[in-house]
Amino acid sequence: MTKQSKLALGIDIGSTTAKIVVVEDGTIRFEKYQRHFSQVRQKTLELLAEAVGVVGERPFTAAISGSAGLGLAESAGVPFVQEVFATGEVVRRMEPDASAVIELGGEDAKIIFFDGGIDERMNGTCAGGTGAFIDQMAMLLNVTADELDELSLKSTRLYPIASRCGVFAKTDIQPLLNQGANHADVAASIYQAVVNQTIAGLAQGRRIRGKVLFLGGPLYYCKGLRIRFQETLKLTDEEAVFPEYGRFAVAMGAALYGENAGGTYTMDALRRKIETSPAVRSGENLLPPLFASEEDYAAFRARHAGSDVPRRDIADYSGGAWLGIDCGSTTTKVALLGEGRELLYTYYSSNRGNPVEIVREQLEHIYGLCAGRITIRGSAVTGYGEELIRAAFGVDKGVVETIAHYTAAKHFCPEVDFILDIGGQDIKCFKILNGAIDSIMLNEACSSGCGSFIETFAKSMGCDVAEFARKGLHAAAPVNLGSRCTVFMNSSVKQSQKDGATVEDISAGLSVSVVKNAIYKVIRAGSAGELGEHVVVQGGTFYNDAVLRAFEMELGREVIRPAIAGLMGAYGAALYAMDLEKSALVSPEALRGFTHTAKAAVCQGCTNHCRLTVNSFGGGKKYISGNQCQKGLGLANAQELPSLYAWKREALMGLRPGPDIRGTIGLPLALGMYELLPLWHALFTSLGFKAEVSGLSTRRIYEKGQFSIPSDTACYPAKIMHGHMEVLLERGVDAIFYPSLTYNVDERGGDNHYNCPVVAYYAELLRGNMDDLEQTRFLSPFLNINEPRELSRELYACLSPVFPDITKKEVKKAVEAAFVAYEAHMLAVRKQGEEAVAWAREHGKRIMILAGRPYHIDPEIGHGIDKLAASLGFVVVSEDSICHLADPAPVHVLNQWTYHARLYRAARFACENPDVQLVQLVSFGCGVDAITTDEVRRILEEAGKLYTQIKIDEITNLGAVKIRLRSLIGALEEKGV
Amino acid sequence: MIDQEKGYVVFTEEMKKTHTILVPNMLPMHFKIIGKVLERSGYKVELLETSGPQIAETGLKYVHNDTCYPAILVIGQFLDALQSGKYDPDKVALILFQTGGGCRASNYIHLLRKALTKAGMGHVPVISLSLAGLEHHPGFRLTVPLLKRMMYGVLYGDLLMTLVNQCKPYEITRGSAQALADRWTERLAQEMTVGGKANYRQVKANYRRMLDDFAKLPVARRDKVMVGIVGEIFVKYSPLGNNNLEQFLVDEGAEVVVPGLLDFCLYCVYNNLLDHKFYGMQKHVQALYQVAYRFLLGKEKDMIDTMEAHGRFTPPTLFTHTISLVQGTISMGVKMGEGWLLTAEMLELADKGVENIVCTQPFGCLPNHICGKGMMKPIKAKNPGINIVAIDYDAGATKVNQENRLKLMLANAKQAAKKPEAVPVPVQEVVFEEKIPQSIQKTARGAAL
Repeated sequence: MTKQSKLALGIDIGSTTAKIVVVEDGTIRFEKYQRHFSQVRQKTLELLAEAVGVVGERPFTAAISGSAGLGLAESAGVPFVQEVFATGEVVRRMEPDASAVIELGGEDAKIIFFDGGIDERMNGTCAGGTGAFIDQMAMLLNVTADELDELSLKSTRLYPIASRCGVFAKTDIQPLLNQGANHADVAASIYQAVVNQTIAGLAQGRRIRGKVLFLGGPLYYCKGLRIRFQETLKLTDEEAVFPEYGRFAVAMGAALYGENAGGTYTMDALRRKIETSPAVRSGENLLPPLFASEEDYAAFRARHAGSDVPRRDIADYSGGAWLGIDCGSTTTKVALLGEGRELLYTYYSSNRGNPVEIVREQLEHIYGLCAGRITIRGSAVTGYGEELIRAAFGVDKGVVETIAHYTAAKHFCPEVDFILDIGGQDIKCFKILNGAIDSIMLNEACSSGCGSFIETFAKSMGCDVAEFARKGLHAAAPVNLGSRCTVFMNSSVKQSQKDGATVEDISAGLSVSVVKNAIYKVIRAGSAGELGEHVVVQGGTFYNDAVLRAFEMELGREVIRPAIAGLMGAYGAALYAMDLEKSALVSPEALRGFTHTAKAAVCQGCTNHCRLTVNSFGGGKKYISGNQCQKGLGLANAQELPSLYAWKREALMGLRPGPDIRGTIGLPLALGMYELLPLWHALFTSLGFKAEVSGLSTRRIYEKGQFSIPSDTACYPAKIMHGHMEVLLERGVDAIFYPSLTYNVDERGGDNHYNCPVVAYYAELLRGNMDDLEQTRFLSPFLNINEPRELSRELYACLSPVFPDITKKEVKKAVEAAFVAYEAHMLAVRKQGEEAVAWAREHGKRIMILAGRPYHIDPEIGHGIDKLAASLGFVVVSEDSICHLADPAPVHVLNQWTYHARLYRAARFACENPDVQLVQLVSFGCGVDAITTDEVRRILEEAGKLYTQIKIDEITNLGAVKIRLRSLIGALEEKGV
Repeated sequence: MIDQEKGYVVFTEEMKKTHTILVPNMLPMHFKIIGKVLERSGYKVELLETSGPQIAETGLKYVHNDTCYPAILVIGQFLDALQSGKYDPDKVALILFQTGGGCRASNYIHLLRKALTKAGMGHVPVISLSLAGLEHHPGFRLTVPLLKRMMYGVLYGDLLMTLVNQCKPYEITRGSAQALADRWTERLAQEMTVGGKANYRQVKANYRRMLDDFAKLPVARRDKVMVGIVGEIFVKYSPLGNNNLEQFLVDEGAEVVVPGLLDFCLYCVYNNLLDHKFYGMQKHVQALYQVAYRFLLGKEKDMIDTMEAHGRFTPPTLFTHTISLVQGTISMGVKMGEGWLLTAEMLELADKGVENIVCTQPFGCLPNHICGKGMMKPIKAKNPGINIVAIDYDAGATKVNQENRLKLMLANAKQAAKKPEAVPVPVQEVVFEEKIPQSIQKTARGAAL
């Protein structure tokens, strides 16, 4: 009799796919990899059925792994092993010389370090959804995941794409597509974003080097992703290993684990166990159904059917017509109106990654329908693609989205006082008071993409959005999926699917989540009363009855949804064009010869080197995008407006290093250094040091330091600090100085004068996480900068051990010089502020307080928003340049941070001056700003001012910012300010 | 109504008689006793013991959604209670602790007031419980005897928590350790009310009785992996904040070690001494803080001594020792939020041999970027065997993700425990044959676990 061989079965059920392996005496006898579409139990049984051929009647050991396998393993009583742990076990056995493993799955990214102490890590909460992200992006490009990979191999360059999370990345990608960027380049950039996210989120100060194993589905299938990883980590072909079993590593680990976990099964027994395991639905977080009965729904339908516009068959119309185009982030909409404002023609479609082509087709189609009977007398375009479409087709007018939507809503309901528009990417809300837009609330980056998320999700479930929406209407128990952002929602969906939620429950749950996001995150309303009497809701997302119902339920009030909810932008644009008599729109003849090519270029106008996309439409017509200022457009000679941001940057960059008598001291220009550079620079210069400043940030600098960031949810201004330290290390300075300042300068403007924890203590984090700092001396003393005597004492204590020849007297003198320099600098800032305000008034320009923190003047952190504002005609001043012009006002918060006290005063200044607007810059992850934004908004709105908030992070695309600023201008113009 | 000068609704002396003060629940046992302490001083107090998803939902409705999760929960719990109709909104006041530190937590009270206004209940007074004296409420005065008794509540709570944690994983009758603790909480709370004895001699005598009672609890051999919990104070302690983390770990076969609340009190007091050392600030009150610090230190030492003398349970670490451990890893100048104490507690756990640690924080917690996640690398460098997992808590974070990460930590913990050098010295199985006292059996049945 032959010796009985050992048979082990491993099952890995991840968030998206299920994998099974059968291992016999260390060799794989059977393997299978499949998407499970959340049908966890059923898919597992199917996979087992396929393994029968290999296993037969023989007994085997088994274990389950994977995030979706946990529940199943528990209820079926089969051994479970955590997936990263399982991977570790396999790699230790298969590749004992591996120094690290990177594994990407559908939801999670994992890393394991073997050399220098085993360390197993999983991504943080924000960076969820790796594989799911690639899937979503492919859908955005209208290709399959495989096609995306093929595309990426043809790329010639990379665009910078935010890598913090899927939502932010999408915010960068969507406009690229709409601006006509090359799809191959976008595909490769998507992969690069995944790579950056993995490294920034997981390396946490450990270098990924040596033999690195890449595992998991995405890394097995996407060749382009492999290339990006290998290039970024600078691994040789020998070092970067993509094993054949990459997809099955976890399943193999489970098989290994099962061998010693006790429990032997036959196939029949195991299948029975899984079949009969009780389905556990946690059930604690369910919501009430949207409709109690079919009658309820019928009544609801009837009520909303009333809101429609007159229509007319284009075939029996002749005369003038007006065209409105809404080129949104994900969809393009067209409306053609007749002389009586009746709808002659409408069109609504996804962009499919190329809005120009869609508009061209539509124009061609419309000209065909017009057939000489109808003359287009005017046209207007709105939305993200406004400028592109205008340039391409000679559309007469461009109109800001808010105005287009308001124009449409007003036509529908003249007494409208609140409009909510949920589109694919953006949520826009505005309050109307006395016939003018009184306040605008636009979603910030985190709330982006809610509308299109429902659509992509529906597609992934294999149905179209309308069908998906219908399913949600009668869901018995909608699941609560949270409302933070779509990355979190996606992960909640996965969990609920594992808990056995139905597609119906998820559809309804998603509708509720999107609505909650709009009400509690964007509008920030506690009750219906805050909105108004006549609420109009629009945007393509509101075609979904489930969303509409959820909104009415959450608000406790009935609202108006026009039957053309998704077309309101285009409808409004057409209305807006109706005062035109003759249109310059591209003629039918010219349209036939229309060509469109997009080319990538790098602007050489300044050191910022913006990545441009140059669209050419034949006949020398061009549209350039991606530029942060006007230079790239060849319009550099437009009048230069005073800008405090530019002035401050120049002032800081103008600080020249003194002679090197005692050595060089590196000063990293990030976080609090932006405020106190003049002080520290003067101090060290006085002490005879050459003060070496790391300089303004660039994307490159950020990437230099991203591997040592321990907390990926920290703000970008903090994360960029790592790069500045690397810059100084490269320059070989004798010491680097970045002090810890619990307390900031006391300007007597608030209850206390703290720094935020990140600004105050980032030095401690740097010391703990940047090994290379040992190459130099990193000085990060805790200092009291409000008491010159104390400061001298503390500085001497810090410097004398390193530079023993320094005397107390010298330090005292240097501190005096430092304060003189700082005072002079601040005085100059305030003087410049006053002068800028005076200049603006003299020249009749609008003034914008671009209010943030001192480090927001950095071109990489602020992404050139100051330049954009200047190009829109604003004189830009910083919060610290004008806050002295207003008295500290009582605030409803604990006003205990120096920078924020300036913010409240700046808001007060805006309230006191009609020609001054305040735009608040908020960095993602700034916990303190969760408090300040509400308060600044309150201060402004109580005085009848508009509040605009711009949330920034790594996201470089200014499309969304531009819309916000133009909305502000549009509203000001309406108000006559 | 809102005091114009102060800008907030003052809790007047009148209100002391008419209003019920609602207390949020962070540490059930501690706060129950402290609530009774307040009642003894003439306040009407009710501890909120509500839970469920509607609390976070209510919070999200009234608080900026990017605010930290504890604020969303605490404010959500208050508003949920106020809107439940159980309380007369004209006869109720709220209380919140406020340290006045540089973390945004000092702003919770203002966010609560904003939320109340938004919900149409701006007239409900909110009392700031603060040693820094940030606000003044004539109806609520922190007298020395009151503070002293509250501190007893903290000490009792810490001891009970320690004992429960050490017994619960091994209890023979499920729920018996918590039931015993509940009975003690009830008894201690009773002692704190009017007429009860609450002098320090009594406190120490109670320590011994508690130790004896818990020692009698029938338990199995202590052989499970030890897992420490550190982090932001609310999500570290509150089951509402951390999805019942302690229970999850116990169910997964771990013994949980949680540093006590007294450490945080000592940390707050000690920081005032450090402000002087670092910045030459607070000169005039140094003597006072010195006295307070010594006093608290003495109380901690008494408890530890009593536990050591008793011999059965592992006592907490002396604060002075914790301080000594942190030197060279993070500066003690880091004092916002949990600051250096968080790093110190991880080191303290490692020092005790508890090498598996869950570091909890609300999503986006600012101080924890530095003293939590930011210090893991240096802590690992010092303690190569350490196994730390950072878990973010948030209204939108999924339990599956959290539990999956905890499972990874536990898998590594159990693996390490198997290694020969880590095998604990075999302990003789101690199963107490005595019968469980009648009274405990009663509570055991009543305790829902």
